[in-house]
Amino acid sequence: MAEYHMTTPLSDEDVSKLQAGDIVYLSGTIYTARDAAHKRLVDLIEKGEQLPFDLKGSVIYFVGPTPPKPGEPIGSAGPTTSYRMDSYSPILIEHGQKGMIGKGKRNQAVKDACKKYKAVYFGATGGAGALIAKSIKKAEVIAYPELGPEAIRRLEVENFPVTVINDTHGNDLYEMGRAKYEVKD
Amino acid sequence: MREIAYDDLVKSVKAMVMHTASHLPEDALKAIEEAYRNEKSEVAKSVLKQILDNAHLAAEEDRPLCQDTGLAVFFVKVGEDVKVTGGSIRDAINQATEEAYKEGFLRASTCDCFDRHNLKDEVGYNLPAIIHFDLVPGDRIEIEYAAKGGGSENVSRATVLAPAQGKEGIKNFVKQVISDAGPNPCPPIIVGIGIGGTFEVAAKSSKHALFREAGTPNPDPELDAFEKEIKEELNKLGIGAMGMGGTQTVLAVHIEKNPCHIASLPVSVNVQCHSSRHSHITL
Ligand code: SF4
Repeated sequence: MAEYHMTTPLSDEDVSKLQAGDIVYLSGTIYTARDAAHKRLVDLIEKGEQLPFDLKGSVIYFVGPTPPKPGEPIGSAGPTTSYRMDSYSPILIEHGQKGMIGKGKRNQAVKDACKKYKAVYFGATGGAGALIAKSIKKAEVIAYPELGPEAIRRLEVENFPVTVINDTHGNDLYEMGRAKYEVKD
Repeated sequence: MREIAYDDLVKSVKAMVMHTASHLPEDALKAIEEAYRNEKSEVAKSVLKQILDNAHLAAEEDRPLCQDTGLAVFFVKVGEDVKVTGGSIRDAINQATEEAYKEGFLRASTCDCFDRHNLKDEVGYNLPAIIHFDLVPGDRIEIEYAAKGGGSENVSRATVLAPAQGKEGIKNFVKQVISDAGPNPCPPIIVGIGIGGTFEVAAKSSKHALFREAGTPNPDPELDAFEKEIKEELNKLGIGAMGMGGTQTVLAVHIEKNPCHIASLPVSVNVQCHSSRHSHITL
């Protein structure tokens, strides 16, 4: 496994060199969205309307943080389970999204989209919300404030630690890792 | 009849709920440290390191361990010779939960089942708390508490096996549940297994089994051996921390067993993520 430092927006070249199992420290701007926000983004694409942020090269983090304490940009902010975004992610990837950060398995359609349009699915450590919040320097709600924790936020991150789960070559770390350590009687 | 004032009850429960959100208990910490020492995969080891760093940081800075601060789950044993004055025990626990979640900047996560809107303004902030009452002899109130996140609850399952399936059937069912769950419940996990009773008793027992200190033996030697056997089987799945592959998937297996109907064998598996936030008080 290799280690990389990368800054968003990500290019085809950036994501193509990543392999399942690599560790990446992400810096720059990323966006938060959960299922409700994803649904709205996809609706906008289908209607041909403008999105609240530029999808090209973007990284979306699946998170619903705790409320920030006064004077802090964000509360605890670890990843949520990603399968709830499976029906939306392929459409966003087709329109230029390059990275997703979450936890847990994705379906075949997402993996296929990663391969076809060059995008990666990163895993962050679930339950490490306090630690991850340390790498988030700024947070600002940019759309759908009425969704509360599910609103779309623009985050400025520094060295956000993630692991490549699904790469652009069709590999899946969950399958590879498990196959390597599974003991069959 | 011993008396406990409503306000004192609220105060004690509130302090416990707030503290638990940011302080991983000793038993969970020790179990994760042990998993870290034994893990063979470098990737999984780095994840376990993050989990431990997170726990220390959260405690030091009083930050929630996880953004999913859970539904508040209580098991309450009320002595027959104690009385709360100035209000009901249920109201006191709900009030304590609401105040702790609000003042501790914890997330309100209760919503309507159908339209999914958050119930914080109608029912209360992260209310209602899930409370299981039991009436016992004595003049004490014993309260066990856990902040239970959704990720590990989502992969939990219950079934009723045919009696002939026996222990082998139970083991296979548990294995299937944990295998299907894979990375989703934030492994390493603690597996609570409720066996016997009726359908709902098995489910409740599987939840209550999670409250036992990880690493302590089951007082019943047969169950203790069965727990160890299941743990070993589950660790062979190779899921590892956060599902990235590894030898340390399960921190502990806890079983609670009840007598059951001659025709049935209810089994329930309740999964607890590594963020095993629980504590208890006796008043
Ligand atoms: S499963 Fe546990 S550690 Fe993972 S996100 Fe949910 S509450 Fe947090």
